[in-house]
Amino acid sequence: MALGLEAKLGDNVMTSTLDYIVNWGRENSLWPFVYGTACCAIEFMSTAASLHDISRYGAEVVRFSPRQADLLLVCGTVSYKQAPILKRIYEQMPEPKWVIAIGACASSGGIYDNYCTVQGIDTIIPVDVYISGCPPRPEAILDGLMKIQNQIKGETVLEDRHKDFKGILD
Amino acid sequence: MKIAIKTLKEFSTDMNATALEKFQAAFPDATCKVVLDSVVIDVQPDKLESTLAGLKNDPAFNCGLLLDVTGIDYKDYPKTTETRFYVVYTVRNWQDNLLVQVRTPVVDPEKGIPTATHLFDSALWGEREVWDQYGINFQNHPDLRRILNHYQFEGHPLRKDYDIRKGQVCIGNDSLEKEIRARLANNGVAESTMKDINTEIMFLNLGPSHPATHGAIRILTALDGETIMANINEIGYLHRGFEKTSENLTYNQIIPLTDRLNYCSSMMNNIAYVKAVESWLGIEITERAQFMRVVLSEFYRVLDHLVCIAANMVDMGGLTNYWYLYNEKETAYDFISRLTGARLTSSFTRIGGMYRDFYEGWESDLELQLRDIEKGIGDSIKLVLKNRIVHDRTKDVCVLSAEDALSYGFTGPTLRASGVPFDLRKDAPYYNYESFDFEIPVGSKGDIYDRIMIRFEEMFQSIRIIRQAMKFIPEGSVFIEDSQVVLPPKADVYNNIEGLANHFKLIFEGVKTPAGEWYDSFEAANGELGFHFVSDGSGRPYKLKVRPPCFYIMGGFHKMVEGNMIADAVINLGSINIIGGELDR
Repeated sequence: MALGLEAKLGDNVMTSTLDYIVNWGRENSLWPFVYGTACCAIEFMSTAASLHDISRYGAEVVRFSPRQADLLLVCGTVSYKQAPILKRIYEQMPEPKWVIAIGACASSGGIYDNYCTVQGIDTIIPVDVYISGCPPRPEAILDGLMKIQNQIKGETVLEDRHKDFKGILD
Repeated sequence: MKIAIKTLKEFSTDMNATALEKFQAAFPDATCKVVLDSVVIDVQPDKLESTLAGLKNDPAFNCGLLLDVTGIDYKDYPKTTETRFYVVYTVRNWQDNLLVQVRTPVVDPEKGIPTATHLFDSALWGEREVWDQYGINFQNHPDLRRILNHYQFEGHPLRKDYDIRKGQVCIGNDSLEKEIRARLANNGVAESTMKDINTEIMFLNLGPSHPATHGAIRILTALDGETIMANINEIGYLHRGFEKTSENLTYNQIIPLTDRLNYCSSMMNNIAYVKAVESWLGIEITERAQFMRVVLSEFYRVLDHLVCIAANMVDMGGLTNYWYLYNEKETAYDFISRLTGARLTSSFTRIGGMYRDFYEGWESDLELQLRDIEKGIGDSIKLVLKNRIVHDRTKDVCVLSAEDALSYGFTGPTLRASGVPFDLRKDAPYYNYESFDFEIPVGSKGDIYDRIMIRFEEMFQSIRIIRQAMKFIPEGSVFIEDSQVVLPPKADVYNNIEGLANHFKLIFEGVKTPAGEWYDSFEAANGELGFHFVSDGSGRPYKLKVRPPCFYIMGGFHKMVEGNMIADAVINLGSINIIGGELDR
């Protein structure tokens, strides 16, 4: 038995909060942009292939145009030579957007603590979820995706995210 | 078993002494010696050009394949050398299995040494890398600029006085406008043609982040309509400092880094690397370990080709092939992780043997896996073999002649597609490859079709080798018995002081290699994977240079695509299997 407003509107209408509805849509239709550079991209290929099947989470529409994507998956090592490209791709993505750093290299530079490797992509762009592993298993990548989905649940459409981020390229 | 470390003198007597005399007679100003399987010629810079030309053009040597160019910085080397910098050219006569290294001292790196680009096209990229990493100039090199590091980089990272952690931030991108215009002019597209009303040259960038590049490579093309008039490529986006990092690690610690060279066939890199170290130590690994390495490297060759063809077919629009081929790879990963504990990055070899033996039941698992793979390949071939679209897209497209392929330093399936039957497994066999019954498929045209079909056929041949090897694999230990190389059993480490000390020393100091330098090569999935080491006698390499097959194949990419359509460039890139980790190291 519906109460208040819903009772007046009848059986065919339900009410909710704007946040709830928008987030429900967002979390179940993430369009990833795969910034694949190295070994982790191969594991993303596995995540997308039949066995692990990322489409179960509504995220199978892999876009290679940042303008059509809202989830940036950084799979692999990012070197200083690549850093400006990664930043530009991030900036080209429309809001709202989320970033997953897949694997040790993207998260922290991994085993490459040297002159050419960026020590974690969070020095360039804001990161929402980090996935450990070198490379992580497909299950771990799916776990990261679910973490993003959970995070989206708690967000509000009224606030801008990561407004004041400053990286080494800013 | 005691390892027999042969002195150089012994090696010289091993090799045909007349061969060495032949070299000495042909190059009287140089000093020639034999190191492992290669002849090393020391020449002064003024004689470098004539020596390399002699090696290439003299029918007695016929070394038409320049494999690699590398520099060496002897600043911290314990033994004093004539000059701080040296440059080493590695050339090969692929027909007679003759490997020659030409070393030359560099007195003044700013002034440099004469270039070899007019002799070998592979020197174009090889010398650029030496300049980038060591700051050694090559006089008259047509396009000497950075290749692995970004254009705003200052200094030369592989010099011993460059701090490994000194990163340099790059802001922006190199436009490459000058280079593409120079390439256009080189191809006979003059400024007047470009201004002509009927031709409109458009510059188009593919990458660095583009689905077709399978990684981070930048392909810059100048198009007339859809036809590529000129093309230049920029690499180095995945340069991860493998070589500099290796200088600070012990020999066994480097194995995980080698996984990440060609990460589609990680175990082949592991095997190639330890084989190179073992060859210098004079270690003969156990029969069982040799057979294991054959089985595993052939299995990984299949995996590598599976991914290559699967991705290539996706580029062509054949997504179904991807599921057929990639699903087999996916199950193969689970199978491999049962053996190594990891799906992708195996790190399964150790100097002196393997990490562990096959598990119980491996053989039947392997056979099931092979059957699945055969089925996957069979299904995919059915889709491809008589498919009009595949034929139209690949036949006579992006043709590369055998001469060009050799000149650009191609090896592996891409070279064989152009009709050169060079395969180290046949031409310089190791691990009993000469006793296996298998064939080397060779292409007739050198087009994309040949490159794809050769990979298909190589998979069947590899499966043949695996079945033979599993039939004849002997029982026994997978490790040699040598306390200087192999870690003691855990029971000894925990229970007696000798075992503990032995373990401690091997872990902290590493496997000590005698001072010297050597080159050793291996037929990896993409071609000749070589390692050039300089050892100062310690447990860490003084210098370690990888000769990646991809690097030189990418160096000849423009030769394949110019004159073809832009869409052909995309599938051509897929057909040569460029793997970023190996390309940029």
